[in-house]
Amino acid sequence: MACFVVPMAEAILVSVVKKVVEKKEQKVLFEDSTLTEGTVSFAEKENKASQTGISWSQKLSWLNTLLWGGVFLLAIEHIWHGEVILWPPFLTAMKNPNDIPIMLHEMASFGTSMAVFVTLVWAGMVFVAEHKMKRFLCKGFNRS
Amino acid sequence: MYFIITALAAIVTTILWYKMPQNKYRLSTLCLIYWGATFMWFVDHIMAFFIEGGEFFEITMDATLLGITVVLCGLVAWGIILFIKGKVGGFKNITSQM
Repeated sequence: MACFVVPMAEAILVSVVKKVVEKKEQKVLFEDSTLTEGTVSFAEKENKASQTGISWSQKLSWLNTLLWGGVFLLAIEHIWHGEVILWPPFLTAMKNPNDIPIMLHEMASFGTSMAVFVTLVWAGMVFVAEHKMKRFLCKGFNRS
Repeated sequence: MYFIITALAAIVTTILWYKMPQNKYRLSTLCLIYWGATFMWFVDHIMAFFIEGGEFFEITMDATLLGITVVLCGLVAWGIILFIKGKVGGFKNITSQM
């Protein structure tokens, strides 16, 4: 009925967090560009921003795209099935008071499970990417 | 059926992304769009199968058409992202050269 609303709420939250993280990372890079003698080295600051070379804003952008992409395509499916309309109240279940508890239950069960599953898959993705990147960097150092 | 079609689109796009050098045409974005929907429908189908019962895969003409529509909508969304990022990237390049 409206299960995609929960991942959508998570996607909005992730978008906000991503913007904040991006600003912080840009600030760190700006400080690096105005580096003076006696301050922390560029390599140390870059290491502070990201442990493996993949920045957090990049990692969060993966989760963001996964969530927004899923939400967009699920919204199309809901429109196709007539569960979502493009005018208020947007959710057809809202028209009938008897349908509202069913909709809320579906959001709590299906919606939350979807959001948790996508986040877990993303966590796995980040783990694998970091592991691969570390191995790649180690190989690079060994060669040089 | 729309779950199967979207999952197939996600697999095909991932293979293309893996074969293409340097994330050409931002194929990673299209991959993530399709995978996001595939994971969500996977959870939806599993939960519906165990809670409500019935068939796991809905193989009807309507579901097939929905699958094709969803894949096309994913392509359109990716095209819009490419267009916007291209415009913004181009604008940033122009302003940085000034």
